[in-house]
Amino acid sequence: MTLLNVQNIETYYDRVYALRGVSMEIQEGGITAILGNNGAGKTTILNSIVALIDDQPEKGLIEFDGKTITNMSTEKIIRMGIGYVPEGRQVFNELTVLENIKTGAYTRKGRSEIEADIDKMFEYFPVLKERTKQQAGTLSGGEQQMLAIARALMSRPRLLMLDEPSLGLSPLLVKEVFEIIRQIHQDGTTILLVEQNAKKALEIADFGYILENGRFVASGTAGELKANDDVKEFYLGVKSESSVKGYQRYRRKRRWR
Amino acid sequence: MMDFSEIVTLIVRSVETGSIYALVGLAMGIIYKASEVPNFAQGEMATFSTFIAFMVLTVHGAPFYVAFVVSLLFAYILGIAFEFLCVRRAKNPTILSMIILTIGLQMVLYGLSGWVFGTEQRAFRLPFSQFETVEIGGVVISHLGLATIIASFVLMCLIYWFLEHTKTGLAMRASQQNSMAARINGISSNRVVNLSFGISSIVGAIAAMLFAPIITLSPDLMWDPLLKGFAAAVLGGFASLPGIVFGGYILALIENLFGLWFSLEYKSVVAMGIIVLVLYIKPSGLFSKHYQRKV
Ligand SMILES: Nc1ncnc2c1ncn2[C@@H]1O[C@H](COP(=O)(O)OP(=O)(O)OP(=O)(O)O)[C@@H](O)[C@H]1O
Ligand SMILES: [Mg+2]
Repeated sequence: MTLLNVQNIETYYDRVYALRGVSMEIQEGGITAILGNNGAGKTTILNSIVALIDDQPEKGLIEFDGKTITNMSTEKIIRMGIGYVPEGRQVFNELTVLENIKTGAYTRKGRSEIEADIDKMFEYFPVLKERTKQQAGTLSGGEQQMLAIARALMSRPRLLMLDEPSLGLSPLLVKEVFEIIRQIHQDGTTILLVEQNAKKALEIADFGYILENGRFVASGTAGELKANDDVKEFYLGVKSESSVKGYQRYRRKRRWR
Repeated sequence: MMDFSEIVTLIVRSVETGSIYALVGLAMGIIYKASEVPNFAQGEMATFSTFIAFMVLTVHGAPFYVAFVVSLLFAYILGIAFEFLCVRRAKNPTILSMIILTIGLQMVLYGLSGWVFGTEQRAFRLPFSQFETVEIGGVVISHLGLATIIASFVLMCLIYWFLEHTKTGLAMRASQQNSMAARINGISSNRVVNLSFGISSIVGAIAAMLFAPIITLSPDLMWDPLLKGFAAAVLGGFASLPGIVFGGYILALIENLFGLWFSLEYKSVVAMGIIVLVLYIKPSGLFSKHYQRKV
């Protein structure tokens, strides 16, 4: 079943044409990755989905769970079952770790269920359990990332969107975070993952899109993308053998347009 | 030199007036924290609400608690209506334009209360007398003074409990810190700001009703307390509600000492002096802790 359906959205920041007709379908139960370099528009896609950019997207249609969510307010969209771990974590710096987690449950009722879910978060992220009373702003980057994920999970989302969760983390922590994402997926949450770390992302994703300059230039199953020469060269950093560098690069870049 | 009982009396008097300053400062602080706007209409909003209580008391002859509840209800509606009808409509607001908006409302309400209720001085009475006194541990205090101290304290505890221990309070604090992050957790920042205006207006109205019996009720009832409350907020730090409360008590104490040692007549200069001094030395106020991120 299609959980999220994005059809041909175009998003502007004033005159900056950031998304130039983006379409994608996210199937329930999968892990979808969006890969792209700095400034490609990855964050803009996620922000457009949850209506964080005023009066945008300018064109296009977004459906979640079969219902149109374009023109709905962020709060309403979130309530429909989307969890969002934004770029740069955005934890509440002056709230404690526990309070941060509790804000994630703002849309929910049922005290005992919430308490049970808080315990579940501490199982996913044992580091947070030792720091329940600590101000979130004083956590390390990795701990903040864990906290942001825990907070987003507290709303029991059907779709969890993560924006570059590996950014600024040590390789060991990256591995841990991806392991947790895999675990969350196994426990039944559909994942939309935005990453620059293509290698890691394609390891856990089952479907992927490549974004350049506000357009998808390639898409396919993780296997297909890993086998794609362009993806190999420009995203996975695998050099093709007969590299007559400049010319080759130029030709490759042209190919998927 | 003062003897011990004189010192205690001085402190109690300071807590008495300081309570009013603290409440007015709190009212301003609650709105400031939600929207970064110092609301200069706070005083007139409170005065108008007090007039409502006065009308219910005198014209309708209702018992005090009815007047009190009606007045607070009115204050709440006035607060949320101001936010919904004026503040929210401002497109691309700057702090300056918002301040001008609050000053605009101040003038409208001032004119309106003079027109509707008259500009003469009225006697506004609470069920607590200003002239009957009790003696507690050697300190003589009026019933009204005691009621003021207790009511303010209870109200402060209520606000603290609300912010720290309720879901809505947590949502308010979250939204104040990072409204984008609050929105992606399903918290409507519009609702939070709206609620803040309502609560703030209630706190202001309570301060005005506690203050009105001391002087008399007229449209300019809250001019002086507003300046003092503002000074208390500047002194304690607008960003810190406990700071504002301490600011209120400290301001009252400094005023009383000034009155004792220098001049009663010019007591009001103290507030102005403190505003200037704090802005000069520590603009963020005495108690605003600026949290630092561990890098
Ligand atoms: N608030 C904004 N105002 C104007 N332009 C913006 C704004 N936010 C993003 N842009 C522009 O839109 C384009 C896409 O930005 P976006 O943040 O979506 O990229 P990204 O793929 O998430 O990059 P990164 O990997 O660096 O996070 C960029 O060219 C950026 O400069
Ligand atoms: Mg980004």
